[in-house]
Amino acid sequence: MRYEAPTTTKEAASLIAGEKGEAFVLAGGTDLLVRMKTGLSDPDLVVDIKHIPAMQDIKTTDSGTKIGGAVSGSRLNSNKKLKKAWPGVVEATNLIGSDQIQGRATMVGNLCNASPAADSVPAMIAAGAKAVVVGPTKRRTVPVEKIATGPGRTSLAKGEIIESINLPKRTGKSGDAYLRFIPRTEMDIAVVSAGVNLTLEKGLVKTARVCLGAVGPTAVLVQKAAKAIIGSKLDEESLKKMADACSAACNPISDKRGTVEYRTKVAGVLAKRAAKIAFERAGGK
Amino acid sequence: MSEAQDFKYIGQRTIRPDGHDKVTGRANYAADLTLPGMIWGKILRSPHAHAVINSIDTSKAEEDPEVFAVMTHADIPNQTASGVQNILAKDKVFYHGHAVAAVAAVTESAAERALGLIEVDYKILKPVMSIDEAISNDSPLLHDDLFTKGMAEDPAVPSNISSRNELSKGDLEVGFAEAEVIVEREFRTATVHQGYIEPHACTVRYDEDGQSMIWCSTQGHFAVRATTASMLGIEQTNLNVIASEIGGGFGGKLPIYLEPVALVLSKKSGRPIKMQMDRNEVFMASGPGSATRNWVKIGAKKDGTITAMKAKLCYEAGWAPGSSPLGPACMTVFTPYDVDHQYVEGYEVVVNKARCAAYRAPGAPQSEYACEMVINELADELGIDPIDLRLKNVAKEGTQTMYGPKLKAVGLVECLEAAKSSEQYKTALKDNQGRGVASGFWFNVGGESSVVINMNEDGTGTIVEGSPDIGGSRASMQMMAAEELQMPVEAFSAIIGDTQNLPYSNPTGGSRTTFATGMAVVEAAADVVSQLKERAAATWNVVPEHVDWKNGAAINTKGEGVLTAAEICGSAAKTGGHISGRGNISARGASPSFAVHLADIEVDPDTGKTTVLRYTAIQDAGKAIHPSYVEGQYQGGSAQGIGWALNEEYVYNEDGRLENPGFLDYRIPLASDLPMIDTIIVEVPNSFHPFGVRGIGETGIIPPLAACGTAVSKAIGIRMSELPMSPPKILKAIHDAS
Ligand SMILES: Cc1cc2nc3c(=O)[nH]c(=O)nc-3n(C[C@H](O)[C@H](O)[C@H](O)COP(=O)(O)OP(=O)(O)OC[C@H]3O[C@@H](n4cnc5c(N)ncnc54)[C@H](O)[C@@H]3O)c2cc1C
Repeated sequence: MRYEAPTTTKEAASLIAGEKGEAFVLAGGTDLLVRMKTGLSDPDLVVDIKHIPAMQDIKTTDSGTKIGGAVSGSRLNSNKKLKKAWPGVVEATNLIGSDQIQGRATMVGNLCNASPAADSVPAMIAAGAKAVVVGPTKRRTVPVEKIATGPGRTSLAKGEIIESINLPKRTGKSGDAYLRFIPRTEMDIAVVSAGVNLTLEKGLVKTARVCLGAVGPTAVLVQKAAKAIIGSKLDEESLKKMADACSAACNPISDKRGTVEYRTKVAGVLAKRAAKIAFERAGGK
Repeated sequence: MSEAQDFKYIGQRTIRPDGHDKVTGRANYAADLTLPGMIWGKILRSPHAHAVINSIDTSKAEEDPEVFAVMTHADIPNQTASGVQNILAKDKVFYHGHAVAAVAAVTESAAERALGLIEVDYKILKPVMSIDEAISNDSPLLHDDLFTKGMAEDPAVPSNISSRNELSKGDLEVGFAEAEVIVEREFRTATVHQGYIEPHACTVRYDEDGQSMIWCSTQGHFAVRATTASMLGIEQTNLNVIASEIGGGFGGKLPIYLEPVALVLSKKSGRPIKMQMDRNEVFMASGPGSATRNWVKIGAKKDGTITAMKAKLCYEAGWAPGSSPLGPACMTVFTPYDVDHQYVEGYEVVVNKARCAAYRAPGAPQSEYACEMVINELADELGIDPIDLRLKNVAKEGTQTMYGPKLKAVGLVECLEAAKSSEQYKTALKDNQGRGVASGFWFNVGGESSVVINMNEDGTGTIVEGSPDIGGSRASMQMMAAEELQMPVEAFSAIIGDTQNLPYSNPTGGSRTTFATGMAVVEAAADVVSQLKERAAATWNVVPEHVDWKNGAAINTKGEGVLTAAEICGSAAKTGGHISGRGNISARGASPSFAVHLADIEVDPDTGKTTVLRYTAIQDAGKAIHPSYVEGQYQGGSAQGIGWALNEEYVYNEDGRLENPGFLDYRIPLASDLPMIDTIIVEVPNSFHPFGVRGIGETGIIPPLAACGTAVSKAIGIRMSELPMSPPKILKAIHDAS
């Protein structure tokens, strides 16, 4: 196995594109190293992106916030501005693992590992985040919901690397929240989860995005659920409509972590609770 | 002795002697020994839950340049030794993870790679994965020569039911005829694992000249020696087993899995061998606790007098007949109650799961869970407080048990009273919250313990004991020696001797160590005292009867003179040689420890999630030698029982493969999942122990199942009966009821 630590994204992309065998990007390694240890992956080349300056930045621009691909959960947590603008996204990322894992794990690694239960993904999708994808020759910007295509699969071509996640600029009254269900208090994988992002105008929900995790092969953006609360003050009736829309959008499996029935039901419950938190964060009453 | 005594050292909270080593990582566990020339052993495990082994081809592995040795069942010298088929399967594999072959290679990864070179041809059979499946008429048979033991008539056909047990006292018909209220219910519990943090591991060296050695993590190194020597056909004197520091066992480190394999590989390769299970292997292939299906029926008069108790218990053994704790399950089920008419019938069935091993109070948590749940339901039916109902029927000194003896002085009344007046019991609950109370009983055992106290030239003493220290027993041994010799605790250290240093000692298990090995320490210490007195007497030229031992010194009662232990030991060469005391005993008089637990749990009605709000464990210790360790045992037992009740279970897929062999999805409670567990130590002394000790290690895991079961049931207003009460199960129950 070869290990490389280039200093530009383009170089990293070329290394991977040029490798004939199996090649992996190494961000925090909290998924990749576990896969290697348990024999699920046996790479010929590992390209560490932590030495690429662009990957380590958290930058505020005119259009929003740009978070580098190698930024760890604990660095997000110590960024007060970001936490204020996108508490749901930061919270979701901070739910990953433990303190030790937080020191390493990245949002982008979470996204590219493409687990249906990945915690930061529904929050990013609800936020309307975009991924900046860099290949050996060109770069493109893709909505986060277009990255994962199924468990362990992404739409990235060989040699394509995500350099950053761009969160839109916050304007007016807005708030987001993410909740996951686990039977314990920490160190567990989401049985089902929900991220909600909304903005308010005159006390009513003006725009909303609702995204569910662990209820299908990828995170599911539920437009009907968002519609159910747009124009409302989150009264019981619109919340119930939203919860029903969430349950209807679920296409889960039964496994050791939960049943179809359970996931379907709790998806709606969590979406409701997350919506209420987001509403409150936006200053709604 | 039944009165409380005054102690100088016992009952203090001294600093634990193993603490620094453990928190700094300096302690040497099973995987920490490396020997010159050492190579690695690994085990090939069955991917199938039930299959016939048509053939095993090891030739490719043998030719591999990195491989030193390969072995299968055929390489075990004594094919008839007990347990040999679990060490390496013979013609059939009985569970996912069953060992089928082993290799030794230069490195661990080379060994792992070489496993892939072994070709096993299986004929796959349908697995039998539950009690219901095992006893159904069209179930495949695991063993076509298994005929149910303990039936009135020997069965003519084989089955998956390996044995039947029965115990009774009084006359059930009479008892139920007197009853005005009867409650009966069936309960189920899942396969669970002890969850010890340290995986099984060993380093061994075979020696043609009779100096073979095994370093391993075990609850009983003498048992490791006996089993391994028997399987290899070697004399016990030619095998030294050294017990490493141990990172948990709870009964799961009584059986052995790796050591005979490692020693055969060492013999074949001429190299020292190290083997260690990874976490998956521990879950798949070490012994879990039985899944059960238990039915209990209890009748009572309106005033709360229980008139009859009946149970039918069914325990899984895993694949190996006789491996379940059905016996103790039957013996413990009704023991907290002094009721004239009791009857229990038990069945053990075999299924395609790993062979069951002991797990803290083996058998009792499941059977007593069923009983305690019905008692609580009965209390509701009768409108009587559940503690009062228990007090009205409480087992006490003189109560005739179903399994034989009458109880001596025990502390259940005191525990119930302490529970009733506890802070927790007086606190009001809110919506979606429930409280459960439950009792627990465990016998505790005595058995063989050997101890030597070697007195050093400076007058300090080294205690050599044969009981691996899992729960802090070294500290307790120091304290008991200090009390007997009336010398400071710091004057003693305690170590676990190898099998070559001491005569046989029973394993650490059955809550026996502080009780039985403690008695051996006291005997050895008394032996030391009498020798010290003799030496002093010789110095003073008086008879030993004229010498007293007080405050760590000999006193001449017939004249002038005081000699300290240091003075006597310092000049021992001149008075007859150095001094050591012995205590090689077979301890009798172990006495039960009863417990009462209180659990307050909140349930989120929309998700089924449980939160343990408050928990109190109350238990009779007889005498707590080191109260912090005793409290730690109460808390540890509670935590395991709470996990068993709420989230822990083996999950198998339809092919019988274990789906959650790891701590991610085998959900033991995390520190953040539990409140601080309050403890109350009750002390009703055991008159058979010089200081009043009862074993306390196991009882604490029994009450949590029903305490949590009742608390959840009350919180949601629905009677739950199946463990674990995981969120999907709770939410379904809520949904089905509405
Ligand atoms: C103990 C433990 C607990 C965990 N708990 C949780 C949890 O609660 N919730 C949860 O969602 N996850 C959890 N995880 C999984 C993991 O920590 C997260 O998915 C994490 O976010 C992965 O980030 P990473 O930077 O470590 O990824 P890595 O392991 O470095 O990479 C993951 C995958 O993404 C690819 N990749 C990484 N960066 C890029 C990039 N810039 N461009 C293209 N591909 C890339 C890698 O090649 C690899 O395939 C846990 C893991 C462990 C070990």
